[in-house]
Amino acid sequence: MESKVTKKRPYDYFTLVVMIILAILFIFPLYWIITGSFKDAGAINAVIPEWFPKNPTMVNYDKLSAKPAFLWLWNAVFISVMSMILTCATAAMAGYALAKKRFIGQATVFTLFICAMALPKQVVLVPLLKEMSFLGLHDNMWAVILPTVGWPFGIFLLKQFSEGIPTEMLEAVRIDGAGEIQTFLTIVLPMIKPGIGALAIFTFIGTWNDYFLQLIMLNSSKVLTISLGIAKLQAENGTDFGLIMAGAAVGAVPIVAIFIMFQKYFTQGITMGAVKG
Amino acid sequence: MSKKNTAPKRSRVLVMRETRVSYLFLLPALIFFIGFVIVPMILCLVTSFFKYTMGEFTFIGIKNYVEMFKDPIFLVALKNTIMLVVVTVPAVTLFSLWVGASIYNMNAFTRSFFRCVFYLPVVTGSVAVSVVWKWMFNKYNGLFNNVLVNTGLMDEKISWLGDERFAIWCIIIIMFTTYVGQPIVLYVAALGNVDPSLTEAAEVDGATKLQTFWQIKWPSIMPTTLYVVIITTINTFQCYALIQLLTSGGPNHSTETIMYYIYYQAFKLNNYGYGNAMGIFLAIVIAIFSAVQLKVGQSND
Repeated sequence: MESKVTKKRPYDYFTLVVMIILAILFIFPLYWIITGSFKDAGAINAVIPEWFPKNPTMVNYDKLSAKPAFLWLWNAVFISVMSMILTCATAAMAGYALAKKRFIGQATVFTLFICAMALPKQVVLVPLLKEMSFLGLHDNMWAVILPTVGWPFGIFLLKQFSEGIPTEMLEAVRIDGAGEIQTFLTIVLPMIKPGIGALAIFTFIGTWNDYFLQLIMLNSSKVLTISLGIAKLQAENGTDFGLIMAGAAVGAVPIVAIFIMFQKYFTQGITMGAVKG
Repeated sequence: MSKKNTAPKRSRVLVMRETRVSYLFLLPALIFFIGFVIVPMILCLVTSFFKYTMGEFTFIGIKNYVEMFKDPIFLVALKNTIMLVVVTVPAVTLFSLWVGASIYNMNAFTRSFFRCVFYLPVVTGSVAVSVVWKWMFNKYNGLFNNVLVNTGLMDEKISWLGDERFAIWCIIIIMFTTYVGQPIVLYVAALGNVDPSLTEAAEVDGATKLQTFWQIKWPSIMPTTLYVVIITTINTFQCYALIQLLTSGGPNHSTETIMYYIYYQAFKLNNYGYGNAMGIFLAIVIAIFSAVQLKVGQSND
């Protein structure tokens, strides 16, 4: 806070300029996807890059609409929303119990969650696929949703938030005769709302972009997500950069918009998740 | 768990009641956790001791593990993975610390603007990001070749992703841009939490900006640095999507990583047992890394 009062030195301006240059480099991929999706084949393959489309065209989107792109988009939304709802619900309950209750086996359960989090998630994909085939869920969108919900990060995050609930408050409503469920719904949930917001947006974006899990579990065109769809377009029409850019734009723009809208919650989630309890 | 001791002693009945209620709250999470995290982990461990393919399932002890270290492609994948970690982890940590230190005391709007921007490649997703990079690295009409040849810096066009010498460096660059987002957010938060009275006191005592940083701020953000190093290491060890999308492990296995090779063995060749054995090996390596890094961090306190 104090540094704002002091006068800006040349170094600060230098830093700002460097940061702006870096920012341009980091924005570039997204900028190039969006502008590229409005270019015709000539412009997109031009030797001297066309930094802004001179003759914007919808031809790539016309080509894209011949593919099931909107179904893929819907599938990604379905998988992400379902994972988000189930993760938030299960993690809020479990996080509250771990933070505010004293019970037999508590340390064991908590240690198990922590240890699982330190292990690489992707390593278990091979047996996970076998398990899903056994359950008859291979090539089904639930094969992506179920393991996402099982991942204990959310429990950990909401435990941190639940610890902030004053114990006296919980005891007060108990004396007033409120049941466990009522206490949870009327006291706990409202108090950990920021945590749930953070977890919701975190899970949504994480699931949307979990390309590897989707790739392993989903095969047929009717269950593909937009990420898989773009990869498929790329594999099948490798040189048609315009069509691929249009697909990438349809996949990236909604998720980036959601991120920008909820970025406050999002950064809060990342930071809280890192502070180990 | 120290809280347990401070709680007043309660009757057995109450403890049992609370235990029952607690497990009811934990039940939905435990079902998902046990069903889709613990069970596959156990399956992974058990089947790693089997010759397990499409038509075969026989116990072979630790043969998969022995086989692994005789497999030249696995050894190349191991070498590449270690190289990715050795290059990426310090680069990501230093860069994000630098950016974090540069933006954390800017005004709220500018700060969140930059934080957002550096997170963009993560949110955009590996698939969309790799589309752009593929074009930039393209031999015939890619940005890099066009610029470098037109400005006379290079005589002929290079197939960046198709050349053993360059492919892995291309992957490292892209990986770098998708890995710095989270550490920057963490550093901005950590630096913002450093007690301002400490840094003021140091400045009053005549410490330079650099001295204040290393003597006061650096020790207080040590836990964040440790966390950043651990998550970046874990992520790099598991690097898969970019490899699959850009090079498929080629050319000539120069971008083969352990994760990609596991996928190849298990899903392309149906060697599930062998793939799982490599998975267990990777999990153990990652666990050792995390444990060592945590130990080092604790001894510094």
